[in-house]
Amino acid sequence: MGKQAKIEIGVGILVLFSIISLFVIAMKVSNFADMAQDRPTYTLKAHFDNIGGLKVRAPVKLSGVVIGRVASIGVDKSNYRALVTMKIDKAYQLPLDTSASILTSGLLGDQYIGLEPGGDDQYLADEDEIEMTQSALVLENLIGQLMVKLTDSGDKQ
Amino acid sequence: MLKALQQLGAWGINLTRSAGRLGLFLLSLLPALPYAIWRVSLLVKQTFNVGTLSLPIIMTAGLFVGMVLGLQGYNVLVDYNSEEAVGTMTALSLLRELGPVVAALLFVGRAGSALTAEIGLMRSTEQLSALEMMAVDPLKFIYAPRFMAVLITLPLLTLIFIALGIWGGWLVAVGWLGVDDGAFWSQMHAHVDWREDVVNGMIKSVAFALLIAVVALFQGSETAPTSEGVSYATTRTVVHGSLGVLGLDFILTALMFN
Repeated sequence: MGKQAKIEIGVGILVLFSIISLFVIAMKVSNFADMAQDRPTYTLKAHFDNIGGLKVRAPVKLSGVVIGRVASIGVDKSNYRALVTMKIDKAYQLPLDTSASILTSGLLGDQYIGLEPGGDDQYLADEDEIEMTQSALVLENLIGQLMVKLTDSGDKQ
Repeated sequence: MLKALQQLGAWGINLTRSAGRLGLFLLSLLPALPYAIWRVSLLVKQTFNVGTLSLPIIMTAGLFVGMVLGLQGYNVLVDYNSEEAVGTMTALSLLRELGPVVAALLFVGRAGSALTAEIGLMRSTEQLSALEMMAVDPLKFIYAPRFMAVLITLPLLTLIFIALGIWGGWLVAVGWLGVDDGAFWSQMHAHVDWREDVVNGMIKSVAFALLIAVVALFQGSETAPTSEGVSYATTRTVVHGSLGVLGLDFILTALMFN
């Protein structure tokens, strides 16, 4: 085996190792595989009074199963409410009276949108809006309500 | 007083001069770079020298850094009952910071210093002048292949470093400390983003490779043609390269992750 052949084998080992590493990082460690299989989606909109800590690309869940992602978050200038657009997998058709609420996974986890299907026999189409929404729970508001309640009951006694 | 002022002035002039020489060096190197791709055998030889020969140190370091991350992460996270997150923590810290930075630091020490010493010695033994005498352009046949080899190999070595680091973290967390295997991978998979974490880390690695290639080759070309000069130049490559990598890392992190 010549010197040149040895050098080429050495470089081959380097390239092979890095390809294996890239493959592992792409498929097993990161979400590259999920992005590659771009499944067809349709868009739904929803207005919220308060989105809390919701972020773009946050999951949209139906009974805990991820069926879509938050595509964009903005403010509707006509009514000053938060406008959230979601991309939902085409495989999942949702009834017209589906409601959406912003929930938190675990005590300190990330926020996501939970969908609750209703009983309507018509389905939401592309660019439709989910009418019934429930905002994120804001801890300060909760504490404020609790304080009001406590002082109220204190006054009555 | 006047002496101090004179020293300050001399320092300023020297700094400006070397900045100017660096600019000229890069300007003349840039058109020579395509020759590295044209003469593949030279490029392959340099890739072997700076890449394959750095593999053992990169692989060992990656494995141990990952194992330490797994151990430390577990010790902290177990208090919050969320030791499954150790996989996410190991993967994110390796992909975003430790992988590119530690691989680049090791690479400066292992390959950058060797490049400077090699070119410095070529200069002091007047091999470069001899090449020029034979109408062979050293920029095309000495500098360009080395520059491209650094640019190609450091990102590859970084990938290997990260993959082995994650495997090391897995060995400690799952194999030794008994974290659940499925939760380890699924948590990591859910929290590591391809564009945000992996691609940004690789952009960092390419930037570090550029910096190291420029520093190592420029210091080589600046070497005073004595044995002392070679030793100074090698030291300067390691010091400037390492500090440059750390400084550049802060700037890139501030730009990417906020």
